Amino acid sequence: MPSVCFYFQVHQPFRLRHYTVFDKSVSYFDEFKNASICRKVANKCYLPTNRLLLKMIRRYEGRFKVSFSVTGVVLEQFQKYCPEVMSTFDALAETGCTEFIAETYYHSLSFLYSRNEFYEQVGQHMDLVKRLWGQTPRIFRNTELIYNNQLAETIESMNQFDAIITEGADRILGHRNSNFVYRPPNCKNLKLLLKNYSLSDDIAFRFSNRGWEEWPLDAPKFSRWIDSVNGCGHTVNLFMDYETFGEHQWEDTGIFDFMFHLPEYILRHPDNNFMTPSQVIRSYPVMDVVDVPHVISWADTERDLSAWLGNAMQSNALHEAYKMEKLVKQTAKSDIIEDWKKLLTSDHFYYMCTKYFSDGDVHKYFNPYDSPYDSYINYMNVLSNLRQRCKDALAEPTEVEQQAS
Amino acid sequence: MKVFMLGWEFPPFISGGLGTACHGLTKALSNLGVHITFVLPKSVDTGNATHVHMLTPQSCRPLPAAGTSSVEISEELKNIQFHTVSSPLQPYMTPQQYQKKLEEIIKQKKLLSGQSQQMLDQWLEREFETVTAAAGQYSGDMYAESHRYAAAAVHLALLQDFDVIHAHDWMTYPAGIAVAAVTGKPLVVHVHSTEFDRSGEHVNQMIYDIERRGVHAANKVIAVSYLTRNILLTRYGILGDKVEVIYNGVEAEDSSRISAHQVGIRSDEKIVLFLGRITMQKGPEYFLMAARKVLEEIENVKFVMAGSGDMMHRIIEMAAQMGIGHKVLFTGFLRGEDVNKVYQMADLYVMPSVSEPFGIAPLEALNHDVPVLISKQSGVAEVLTHVLKVDFWDIQEMANKIIAVLKYPPLQMTLREHGNFEVRKLKWSGAAQKCLRLYQDMAAQVAT
Repeated sequence: MPSVCFYFQVHQPFRLRHYTVFDKSVSYFDEFKNASICRKVANKCYLPTNRLLLKMIRRYEGRFKVSFSVTGVVLEQFQKYCPEVMSTFDALAETGCTEFIAETYYHSLSFLYSRNEFYEQVGQHMDLVKRLWGQTPRIFRNTELIYNNQLAETIESMNQFDAIITEGADRILGHRNSNFVYRPPNCKNLKLLLKNYSLSDDIAFRFSNRGWEEWPLDAPKFSRWIDSVNGCGHTVNLFMDYETFGEHQWEDTGIFDFMFHLPEYILRHPDNNFMTPSQVIRSYPVMDVVDVPHVISWADTERDLSAWLGNAMQSNALHEAYKMEKLVKQTAKSDIIEDWKKLLTSDHFYYMCTKYFSDGDVHKYFNPYDSPYDSYINYMNVLSNLRQRCKDALAEPTEVEQQAS
Repeated sequence: MKVFMLGWEFPPFISGGLGTACHGLTKALSNLGVHITFVLPKSVDTGNATHVHMLTPQSCRPLPAAGTSSVEISEELKNIQFHTVSSPLQPYMTPQQYQKKLEEIIKQKKLLSGQSQQMLDQWLEREFETVTAAAGQYSGDMYAESHRYAAAAVHLALLQDFDVIHAHDWMTYPAGIAVAAVTGKPLVVHVHSTEFDRSGEHVNQMIYDIERRGVHAANKVIAVSYLTRNILLTRYGILGDKVEVIYNGVEAEDSSRISAHQVGIRSDEKIVLFLGRITMQKGPEYFLMAARKVLEEIENVKFVMAGSGDMMHRIIEMAAQMGIGHKVLFTGFLRGEDVNKVYQMADLYVMPSVSEPFGIAPLEALNHDVPVLISKQSGVAEVLTHVLKVDFWDIQEMANKIIAVLKYPPLQMTLREHGNFEVRKLKWSGAAQKCLRLYQDMAAQVAT
């Protein structure tokens, strides 16, 4: 009976350019690097995978379904650097087999630092999805699946969402598994969909690992694992970064073939099907309450906030950035406000992570800086320039005052 | 395992990292039960006062004349026997005198054993040619010293029993080669720096020749970093499988921080420290140029340059010309407790070396809880990750990073915490273990 629920995260930050304390320019972002990374990943992942999914949706005549959360900042970059990606997303939206999920427009940690900014960014993202694809998202996912009871309460109080997506971390589930619909403790209507991290990571991380005992993974084998959920679960939530396809797992690993053949084997079992998150919560009852008093996320093995808030630099940079909110908004200047919001993207703080830094692991692969220290210095220099811009803007006489004099 | 070790300096009579490295390595080897005979040239008293009581070569002679420091020595360096080069030799010998001395030694050698006579004769011939050639071209005495030292070392070696010869840097290579030729024991030369590091492209041909002959004559070569290994491969034409990289370590030290006002610097002033020889190799002018840029942005900072060297006067003048003379303090050469003090005051240690085979000083700075900014052109950059790195010529970026450390306490804090943790893993014991393995391999090869 299990339904397979795919959700893909699509995101690219606006990376900063090298910015020293002596720089006075107001262009903070590395246009060249952002454009080239965006085009590179588009060619390796976004374009081929979107086209593959379109082909699959057509081939299985609506029985294959997927869902996406596409951040505002990556959409801005698609529009600017590779608009052809936009048209493939449009085509996916038109199939009716694609659900779009809401999140913070800037892929930020605003929930932890400013409720006002959080509401603003969720609203911005909802507006964008509605404008682009005509859908009003009913499912919410927070940046990096960061979640606790408080987030559930906040989201329920917004009266716009039916469910939240988060990590199926062992420590919140205990003896239970992630393959059911759950509910947060103090919520009446809001439901929870939890990531099956084991099966998700088999695709996202282990697929090409030759040291893995299950390598090589093919569609029949994976389908058997899905079949075996039958009887102890309603839904298998396969949540992963979209860059898994073609970027983290290169084309020559066979990841595209695997994906293309997967529905064929999964749908062989008459009880199996594919569903979007909204369909899952409509189709299955809530099985239990999952209490999450402490913050969880989908990052690293710790599944906590330590990738963004693990050292003094990260916490300082975050505090300094959010401390500027009032000042920034007072200026009422759209360029300043937009720059500030782009600086809230969680990736900037992830680059400052010193965890595992000496070991040279996965954090390094995604990091445009040589070291977390360089990234902190760069970020603080930019922030300091932005602060000065705010002060200068506020010191300028307003038009009314100018006319009066 | 018994090692006949040839060094040029040993604390407290040091001019740079070589002495520190020899001290750390021998101490750690001693802890592994390795017996070392350490041969030093007769020390020169520099007259610089120091607040720390340290062992001196004189007090470490095989039969110390009731030296006050003998107890410390037996605990800390219990397996090490120190020899200074015996005094009959004159510091400024002529090649003729040198030749005569060598002949005397050979005679003595003949009495002891008739082996390897041919090798010795060849060696003697070569050395003599070099010395004769040198006398005409080279005015300094370091070169002559190194040969005087070689003669004395051979003399000493004949009276000792050992398995391996370990020679530190070019001054001891002729001695290493000589002792190896006379005794037939395997030779390892330890390259702490090369002539290209010290002199850039304007190498002293004579020193280069000695170095080249040293690394080629050796059975094994230890390089202090891959940076140095690459230089040995490309500039000295030596095969890669002969060179092993053994990084230096640092000794853990507990030190309590003292406040700056105790030494006459206002407590609201930040201190950026340069500590090292003020020579071309160490990039002091880049430090000054960065300092000027820093001072454009922030006021309350002083730049302390601790060390002496052939560029010192030029650098003092340069600071004055830049109009930052009042912000740059020169302390002269520091050692012992003074070094501890200056580290304890510092907010940041900068090593802008143009070429640095390894660089122990940054490890010492981290050991003293001082964050570190090092040039990417240093061997130590290969082992340290929780430090700031910059190209030595990139003044703008150097200043940018210095300012960031002074301006953002969380940066200083994170660098200090992680850096201190990281440096504690870089112990001399690790280096000593690698050395010992190398000795054992070499001794085994000779035996078979």
